[in-house]
Amino acid sequence: MKNKNKSLIILGSLLLTYLFLMIGLSLGMINSYFSGVIVAILINVIMASSLTLVTGYLGELVLGHAGFMAVGAYTSALITMNLDLSAALEFPIALLCGGAFAAFIGILIGIPALRLRGDYLGIITLGFGEIIRIVLNNLKVTNGAKGLSGIPSYSNFTVTFFVTIVIVTAFYLLIKSRHGRAIIAIRENEIATDCVGICTFYYKTFAFAIAAFFAGIGGGLYAHYLQVLSPSSFGFLNSIEYLIIVVLGGMGSLSGTIIAAIVLGVLNEVLRAFSEYRMLIYSLVLISMMVCKAKGITVGLILDKLGLKNKLKFRGKQNISIGKEG
Amino acid sequence: MALLEVHKMSVNFGGIKPVSELDLQIEEGELIGLIGPNGAGKTTVFNLLTGVYTPTEGSITFNGERIDRLKTHQIVKKGITRTFQNIRLFKQMTVIDNVKVAFNNRLKYSPLEGILHLPRYKKEEAWLEEEAMKLLKIFELDKYAYELSMNLPYGKQRKLEIARALAGSPKLLLLDEPAAGMNPNETNELMQTIKLIRDQFNMTILLIEHDMNLVMSICERLVVIDYGMVIARGTPSEIQNNEKVIGAYLGQA
Repeated sequence: MKNKNKSLIILGSLLLTYLFLMIGLSLGMINSYFSGVIVAILINVIMASSLTLVTGYLGELVLGHAGFMAVGAYTSALITMNLDLSAALEFPIALLCGGAFAAFIGILIGIPALRLRGDYLGIITLGFGEIIRIVLNNLKVTNGAKGLSGIPSYSNFTVTFFVTIVIVTAFYLLIKSRHGRAIIAIRENEIATDCVGICTFYYKTFAFAIAAFFAGIGGGLYAHYLQVLSPSSFGFLNSIEYLIIVVLGGMGSLSGTIIAAIVLGVLNEVLRAFSEYRMLIYSLVLISMMVCKAKGITVGLILDKLGLKNKLKFRGKQNISIGKEG
Repeated sequence: MALLEVHKMSVNFGGIKPVSELDLQIEEGELIGLIGPNGAGKTTVFNLLTGVYTPTEGSITFNGERIDRLKTHQIVKKGITRTFQNIRLFKQMTVIDNVKVAFNNRLKYSPLEGILHLPRYKKEEAWLEEEAMKLLKIFELDKYAYELSMNLPYGKQRKLEIARALAGSPKLLLLDEPAAGMNPNETNELMQTIKLIRDQFNMTILLIEHDMNLVMSICERLVVIDYGMVIARGTPSEIQNNEKVIGAYLGQA
């Protein structure tokens, strides 16, 4: 009963947000520049929450997430440019195909890469991300470094908004299912997960593929929003940017990731004049996060100070148990 | 036939042979203690039995099947689960989720069914909640069910680890130093718990332990190893007076 009320409240507030933004758009209070910013933020939410599944919940460092986005973006763009169907039909097909192909590439990369862990996996994914970008740079179909242009403009505010909600909800429900529990268990203790009979390799690849799938869909939305694609927009720094959102959101918190994506998206626009210093500011924010040992910007942190108190209590108890172990 | 039959099992890491030509038989329903001085290779035996390491020679037969080439998660499915010397709980997960993870193999719903909350998801999750709660109740952990497992006191963390190992419904339970770091009270409680497992689940148990008090009072049979080799077998009273064992622990005169 309690759960039902909670989800109704969430659903209601989402619809209200949508109506509010939609009214603003249609009355011209929010101009097209801002609606563009909102779409960009929503795509960032998709990208960051898919990365959270691997980096936050599975606990594996991935530095090539933009690569999967690129695969999805190019695949779906090529489909809509070459298919001759109505938008309502070809856009979903393109998005799903983009996602599926990104997931396929994800599995292909995951099978060798996921045998490694931590920093090594990070470096391998970084390498694969770059490989994807360079392949796109040299293929004929993708029009090389010139990139694709003339992609139909399908990703408007409404579509992006609802796709984002569907994806985030799917993530949330996945994490609450047995598969999500297995993924979190791997992060907590891989050996113990193996010893309760869970094939860790399967679940790692699974998480990797799902993350790539949704990143591919995010890429598809991105392609049909910008209408031009070039390989340079899926570089290493883009992957890092998504990683920063995940870290800022507190590694393994979906709500935190979403808030961080929104905050950073807004900051990006506000600080556009100082865009050279953006990375500098990012690093400062990250360092202060690490120094304060904060668990990211989560709903709990924002909503009440009580959450903070609980956290302090946690830390005390944790220290005691560590002392006993040693 | 014995439930577990280890025949001339050896492993070597480079030049080091932590376990060599080890023979071990465990009948169904037995409670056997594996003891030996520090560095004798006890935990390595556990790691070999659970597939963390693969034996370089010899065979392990469990329930009539060879398991020495299987992976850890496959061996668990055959019916061997374990606990760890240094507790390995899923710290940031709730107590009940720790147990639920171990039930994973008995649930069948697919990711899509999980996301869409289809009937099979609801049915299996409801069953899971009930089963997990039942298990926690046996170990008197039910009132902590929704706390993070890292916030449990040490003795309860040990209990939770045993509960998690039992969630996989094993035929053989391997306990690696369950009493390590416990005070006498907690050790006593642990002894009760182990007895309870035997009575309630009719479990076969292989136990590594340094607490001689515990070992002598609950094990029916002991196997003593040193330098990876079995140096003595027998009932606790036989072992207590075995000269080889005394020599291994205290040094030969």
